[in-house]
Amino acid sequence: MARVVLIGNLAQLTGGVTEFQLAASTVKQLFEQLGALHPEIRRHLEDGVAVAIDGQIYQDSLLEPIAPDSEVFLLPQIAGGAMLP
Amino acid sequence: MAETNGHSQANGQHVVGTRTVRPDGVDKVTGRARFGADFNLPGQLIGRVLRSPHPHARIVSIDTSKAEALPGVKAVITRADFADQPSEFIPAGEMMMNYKDVVRNVLAREKVLYEGHAVAAVAATSTAIARRALKLIEVKYETLPHVIDVVEAMRPDAPLLHDDLFTVGVEPKPERPSNIAKRVEIKQGDVEAGFKTADIIVEREFKTAPVHQGYIEPHAALATFSEDGSTELWTTTQGHYIVRAHCARLLGLDIGKVRVTATEIGGGFGGKTVVYLEPLAIALSRKAKRPVKMVMSREEVFKASGPTSGATVRVKLGATKSGKFVAAFAELKYQAGAFQGSPVQPGTMCAYAPYDIEHVHVIGYDVVSNRPKVAAYRAPGAPISEYAVESVVDEIAKKLDIDPIDLRMQNAAHEGTKAAYGPKFGPIGLEETLNAIRKTEHWNAPLRKWQGRGVASGFWFNIGGETCVSLTVNEDGTVSLMAGTPDIGGLRASLAAVAADELGVPYDKVRPIIGDTGSLGFNFLTGGSRSAFSGSMAIVEAAKQIKADLCARAGKLWEAKPDQVEFSEGHVRPLGALAEKVKPMSVADFAKVAGKTGGPIGGVGRINAQGAGPSFGTHLVDLEVDPETGRTTILRYTVAQDAGRALHPAYVEGQYQGGAVQGIGWALNEEYVYGADGKLQNAGFLDYRMPVASDVPMIDAILVEVANPKHPYGVRGVGETPIVPPLGAIANAMEAATGIRFTELPMSPPKVLKALKDKGLSKV
Repeated sequence: MARVVLIGNLAQLTGGVTEFQLAASTVKQLFEQLGALHPEIRRHLEDGVAVAIDGQIYQDSLLEPIAPDSEVFLLPQIAGGAMLP
Repeated sequence: MAETNGHSQANGQHVVGTRTVRPDGVDKVTGRARFGADFNLPGQLIGRVLRSPHPHARIVSIDTSKAEALPGVKAVITRADFADQPSEFIPAGEMMMNYKDVVRNVLAREKVLYEGHAVAAVAATSTAIARRALKLIEVKYETLPHVIDVVEAMRPDAPLLHDDLFTVGVEPKPERPSNIAKRVEIKQGDVEAGFKTADIIVEREFKTAPVHQGYIEPHAALATFSEDGSTELWTTTQGHYIVRAHCARLLGLDIGKVRVTATEIGGGFGGKTVVYLEPLAIALSRKAKRPVKMVMSREEVFKASGPTSGATVRVKLGATKSGKFVAAFAELKYQAGAFQGSPVQPGTMCAYAPYDIEHVHVIGYDVVSNRPKVAAYRAPGAPISEYAVESVVDEIAKKLDIDPIDLRMQNAAHEGTKAAYGPKFGPIGLEETLNAIRKTEHWNAPLRKWQGRGVASGFWFNIGGETCVSLTVNEDGTVSLMAGTPDIGGLRASLAAVAADELGVPYDKVRPIIGDTGSLGFNFLTGGSRSAFSGSMAIVEAAKQIKADLCARAGKLWEAKPDQVEFSEGHVRPLGALAEKVKPMSVADFAKVAGKTGGPIGGVGRINAQGAGPSFGTHLVDLEVDPETGRTTILRYTVAQDAGRALHPAYVEGQYQGGAVQGIGWALNEEYVYGADGKLQNAGFLDYRMPVASDVPMIDAILVEVANPKHPYGVRGVGETPIVPPLGAIANAMEAATGIRFTELPMSPPKVLKALKDKGLSKV
C-alpha cells in the first residue's frame, strides 16, 4: 500500500484527513480511489494537482506508476511562469 | 539495431557544454530580427484601447456612436462583443483559468477595477484617427471607493472589488464576500512545540513593492480574421499555443482555425504568458474585415499589464544555540491585483524550501485590490517569501555569531531532506553552491567603511510539461529543428547543440526555428524554467526516431540483421564481419539517398516532460551606501547556481546575471507609486527606476553542476532561481554596511537616507 499525504488545502476536502494508505499502482488509480473515499476532492484532482512519488514531482501524468511501498504527496500544481491572468 | 551513446560528434567532441555562436545572434545585432511590432499586413488598421481613468467605478453606459461615425474608423468593440464566461476554473492547454476573470480583464464589463483597465477598443485607418475615436467614446462611470494596499484591502470595511468573492480555504465558509480570495497553507510537524525547543527566535515583518517584469519590448499583436472563420495572429508571447487557446475560448473559435506565430520576443520574464491585446485585435479584425495591428505604449504596459505582487510577510524562525533551525512560521499576504490569482501558493511552498526544518507552518492570503492583475514574474512568489526568510536567517547568524554560510550549510536541504512543502528531495546542489561561494576570492576580499557584504540562498521547483519538437534531415544533410516554445533565453542554441550531438552533425548544420501553432503539436509555454529542459528531452526522442530509421534503412541496404548495425558518433556502422564489406554511413550520406530508401528523414518528439530537478542558488554581494544621499552602489556580485548540466554555458551565465540584475532593481529601486487618487504616478522608465548597465558591475557566474538524474543530459531549469536570492543578499549587505535591518523594499535612496538620519548616521 502506498502512503499518500495531502499537502496544503486539499485536506479541507477530506474532513481534515491528511494521510491515506492506498493500493494504487498508477496516479489515475490513486485519484479514483481518493475520489471514491472523498467525492469533494474529485474536482480538484481533475483540475490539476502535482504528484510527488518518492520525491519526484509529476504533473498531468495519470499513467505514472506507483510502487506498493511508495510515498506519494499531492501538492498544489506548480505553474512556474504560467499563472492565471 | 544497437544504439550506443549518440551524444557526440564523429570526432568524439561534444557540442553540448560549449559556447557556440547563437543561431539568432546575427539577426538580432543587425536589426533583422522581427519582434512583435515589426509585423505588418497589407490593408492593416491600427487598433487602440480606451482605458479607465478611475481605479474603481461602475460602468453605467458606453456610447460608441460618435466614434463609429468618425471617417476612417472601421470597428469599435466593447464588452458587448465578448460573451460572458462562467465562473469556473477550466483547463486551457495546461493552465487552469477562470475565464470569467479573463474576459473581464480583457475588456471591463460591470466595473473598471484599476486605472488603465481596458473599456473599449477601436480600429481605424491611422493612429491619429484611432486616438480621436477614443475621445469620442462616451463612458458614464459611477466612481467607487478604491483600495490599493494589501493590508487595507483585507480589512472587513475595505471597498469590495467583487460581490461574489468568498474566501476559499477557511472553515466555516464565509457568509460575506471580501477581497481575500484564498487562504492557503503548508504545515508539517508541530511548530508550537518546535519553538519551545528554540534558544533563539527572530520574528519580523517585511513589506515588498509590486515590481514590473520590465521587458523592453511592449505587448504587440497583429491579427487577420477571414470570412471563413480562420484567423492568423502574430504576437510577442511566451506561449503561442496558450494564446491560441485563450483567444479561441474568448471569441468562440475553433482552436484548429486559429494559427498563432510567436514573433521574436524582447523579454517576457513571465509577463507574456497571458493575453491582453490578442483577443481585441482578433475581435476588431472580425468586425472590420481587415487586419488589425495593436501595440501598447510603455505607459499602457505599466498600467495595464501584470507586475508581480507587492506583499506583507511575517516570518518567525527559531534555532538552537548551535544554529540548528527547529521551527519556522510565516504569514504571507500577496496582492493579486484586480482579480484573484497571486503567486502566494508557490510563495508558501518556497519560503523555507532551502532548509531542513522539522516543524514548518506557512499561511498565505491571495488578496485583490485596485491594481492591474498580477502576472508571473520569474519564480513567481518565491523572491518575496525567501527574501524575508533569508533576512531572518542572516539576523540569527549575527545573533549567534555564526558565519552566515556555515549557518546555511548546517541547515541546508540535501538529497533525502524532506522539503518544507512535503516530499523528499532527490540529488540537489544547495550545499555545492554554498561551498562554491565560500571558495571565491570575493568572500574574503576586504571592505571599507560604508561597505557591506551579504549572502543569501534561493530555490525554485522547475517544471516540465507538454512539448513537441521536430527534426528534419534535409537533402544536403543539414538539419532543420523546429520547436514550439518561444526562445527567450537561449532555447535555439541549446536545442541545436543537443541535436548536433545526438545526430553527430556539425552544430552549424543544424538550423533551429520556432514553429507556429499549425506546425507542431501542443506545446506548453516558455515558463517555469522548462523550455530547454523539456525541449532537449523531446529532441532526444526525435533523434532516436531518426537513428532507428537510419539503422533500418542501412539494414536493408546492407542486407544485414538488426544486430549487425548500430548508430554511434554520427554514423550508422556495420558490426562484426559486415564491417569488412560496407562502410559506415553518416546522416549526410543517408540524406543523399533518402528518396531511394524510403523518403524524407525526420523525427518528432512528443512528450509530457517529467522529472524536472529543482535548482538552488547562492548569491554574494558587496555594496556601498552613500551616507549623504542614501544611494546604494553595487560593487561586486557573484552568483553560484546548480544548472544540473549547462547545455550552453554562456546562456546559463546570462540567466544568472539577468536574474541578479532584476533582483538588484527589485531590492533597491523598483516600485509602483500610487497617489491618494489610486492612480499610478510612475508609469514610465524615467520614474520607474530599473537598473541599467552603468548601475551594476560585471556579475561573476559560477556554474555548479549536480546532474539531474531524470534528464538524459542532467539538465535542470535555470531561468528562475537567479532572481530569488538577490533581495535577501542585498538586504543583508545593507545591514552589514549600515547596521540597519531594512525590512521594506525597495531600499531606495530616500528610505535609506531617512533610516540613516533616524539612527544619527547621516549628517546631511
